[in-house]
Amino acid sequence: MAIRRGRGVAAINYPTGMNLGGDPTQALVHSTPTGNFMVTLSSVDLGQGMKQIMAQICAETIGVPTDRVVVDTADTDTGPHCMGTFASRGTHRAGNAVIQAAREARQVMLEVAAEELEVNASDLETDGQGNILVKGAPQKSISIFDVALSAHFKRGRSISGRGMFLIPRSYPEKETGAMKPSTCYAHACTVAEVEVDDETGEVTVLTVRNVFEIGRALNPKMVEQQLVGGSWMGISHALYETTEPYYPNRDHGGTDFNQYLMPGPGDLAQTEIIVLERPSADGPYGAKGPGEMCANPQIPAMANAVFDAVGVRIDTLPITPERILRALKAQAPN
Amino acid sequence: MELRKNYFADQRKDDLHEIGQPRPRSDSPGHVTGKTAYFADRNFPGMLHLKMVRSPHHHARIRSINTSEAEKHPGVVKILTAKDVPHNVYTILILIQIGPEDETVLADGKVRWKGEAVVAVLAETERAAQEAAAKVKVDYEVLPAVFDMEEALKPGAPVVNEYHGQNYYLYDSGECRKVRFGDVEAGFAGADHILEQTYQSSPIEHAPTETTGCVVVPEGNDRFTCYTNTQAMFFTLDNASIILQMPGSKLHFVGGTVGGGFGGKVDVIVEPIAILGAKLTGRPVSFIYSREEEMQISSPRAAEKVVIKDGVMKDGRIVARKVTGYTDAGAYSRHSPYGAQKGAGHYPGPYTIPNVWIDTYCVYTNRTPSSAMRGFGVTIGDFALEVQMDKLARLIGMDPLEFRFINAYRDGDMKAHRQPTEGAALIECMQEASRAANWPVAEKYLAMSSYTKGA
Repeated sequence: MAIRRGRGVAAINYPTGMNLGGDPTQALVHSTPTGNFMVTLSSVDLGQGMKQIMAQICAETIGVPTDRVVVDTADTDTGPHCMGTFASRGTHRAGNAVIQAAREARQVMLEVAAEELEVNASDLETDGQGNILVKGAPQKSISIFDVALSAHFKRGRSISGRGMFLIPRSYPEKETGAMKPSTCYAHACTVAEVEVDDETGEVTVLTVRNVFEIGRALNPKMVEQQLVGGSWMGISHALYETTEPYYPNRDHGGTDFNQYLMPGPGDLAQTEIIVLERPSADGPYGAKGPGEMCANPQIPAMANAVFDAVGVRIDTLPITPERILRALKAQAPN
Repeated sequence: MELRKNYFADQRKDDLHEIGQPRPRSDSPGHVTGKTAYFADRNFPGMLHLKMVRSPHHHARIRSINTSEAEKHPGVVKILTAKDVPHNVYTILILIQIGPEDETVLADGKVRWKGEAVVAVLAETERAAQEAAAKVKVDYEVLPAVFDMEEALKPGAPVVNEYHGQNYYLYDSGECRKVRFGDVEAGFAGADHILEQTYQSSPIEHAPTETTGCVVVPEGNDRFTCYTNTQAMFFTLDNASIILQMPGSKLHFVGGTVGGGFGGKVDVIVEPIAILGAKLTGRPVSFIYSREEEMQISSPRAAEKVVIKDGVMKDGRIVARKVTGYTDAGAYSRHSPYGAQKGAGHYPGPYTIPNVWIDTYCVYTNRTPSSAMRGFGVTIGDFALEVQMDKLARLIGMDPLEFRFINAYRDGDMKAHRQPTEGAALIECMQEASRAANWPVAEKYLAMSSYTKGA
């Protein structure tokens, strides 16, 4: 009886969005009288940070600092339609809608600035700090604060924009299954190292090294939070979780966090996250949807690592000590 | 976290001001100081609490329901049964024309899973609602149930859901969603090795910090405001409108700040019945799942069975892959027909294989209906595919990582569902993993690129 070490690898891809249902999201953007910007949506922030990302996307597109943007979501009386937050679609779909709305608002903003500065709108650029400058003559400038005041009280313009992003529905062809299930794919490769106690069947996850390709890390800190959390969830799915431990028998289902097994802080491996960026052709600033993908590759990587360690295949999730011991027993020469 | 900018550097312009910056989240301080307002933080004078009477049986006919004792319980204001729900038989994907309507808001004549909602009790306090729910008497005739997908698909199995008529979802393509590419049997015939393996999972809970729920307020203007933690505002509003036979203009949904979803909050379960309660009593109604309901009543990730048969050559090329996937939907469709179909579009994984055959089934059994969860239609498939890849590599005596390089898809490769590959990055992820994990592979694999075919 011994503690045995093994490692396993898995590589995956993941589709962004729900093309097979039709996939629309809309956004509205408008300025306040003092040049702050409101993004109005009906998209839902599940805690993953959608509001912050939409604010950064709007700010980048209009050319203002992120703290000049407020995101108002989700209220069906004021926010335009969004299919919802699922299928790794939130950042990709809503982000594209926000870009379109913000571009329209930016255009009006530049037109008002052009009238104030008596130049052509096409000769103007933003400095990202809240000012609009004449290209090549930055001393000739106006603050966005003053532009918004002018639009509201002098020029009678609405600095606002409408955004719409729609992936039309793809219907699978009946006989061949020809379909377009997604717009872009995120990718991952994970290497996991485990120790398996062949006396108890217990698995200790030592390291999980994840490489994720996500299109573009719009906010690297938030990407890190999502990817680390996903990697932990992968460990949890591989080794612990189920509402029906003896499926298809319905008995012994957990009803609280004492009975429903999940890893505690001490059960989580050393987790490494490496991010590659291959911008997607149709993503907001190249982003893809890594929200779901990031919890998947750890599961097979750990299953393969368990095999590498003790030479038994556990093809049924979760990979519990009971299953490992039964497999070891079945394999042992009598 | 490390951003490895050396990959795909030719495809990016790093000229952005706000994107790519690690700005602190504006909502974080509220979350960590307890100041963020979630739906359940709203309290209204006169608010009622809704509790469900649930089926203790996996499959049973309802002979009778007697609510007279419960009605007399102190604090009880209203008791709802199937006849009170205007459009009681519904299905959520009817919004995208995926029917038939197959589920009841409150059970009518039958229950098809243990935990199914039968009677709704509205009372002044949660405790009174719970106590009164225990006094509702339902007379059941227990029916044979089926829990195993294989058993459910056999002729003569108990029919789980009469709205389907058989224990699988009927696609326009027949009993399963199909993908056919190349000639899989010819591929097997020419293969050096064949490996057929079966993979299995069981249901998994989303385990959000905040359980599913809503608070509904009848407004003075004949409208209803529903504070909810749904993941999909208009999807839920539009389904509630159908179930309640109420114009959508009467409904105002407020949400968008949710304590974790993971796909568990895209079923339309709590809102319609809570709005109905508010309408019939004229009072605000709160309906919030307990942790037990969240774990055993709300939809889990479906159990899946995946059978993979591969033909592989000694040199590492996979020449044929046949996948049969089974999704255990439980008693009702919810999102499962979509998930099974999404699986069909995902197989055979990120590999270029010339001959592919995919069948994915959505199967009904007498268990808690499953539905969407993070990685819907893909997560369990990836487990099966990637364990299978490991087995194949070992079968032909090849390093598992090198084996994946040989089969990895690249730009321009035709996928089984007949879309050309664009924006591939699997090879680069594996190259970086090889480096980071100190898992050496031959130089020729490190020289590969997703951009082009050939070495």
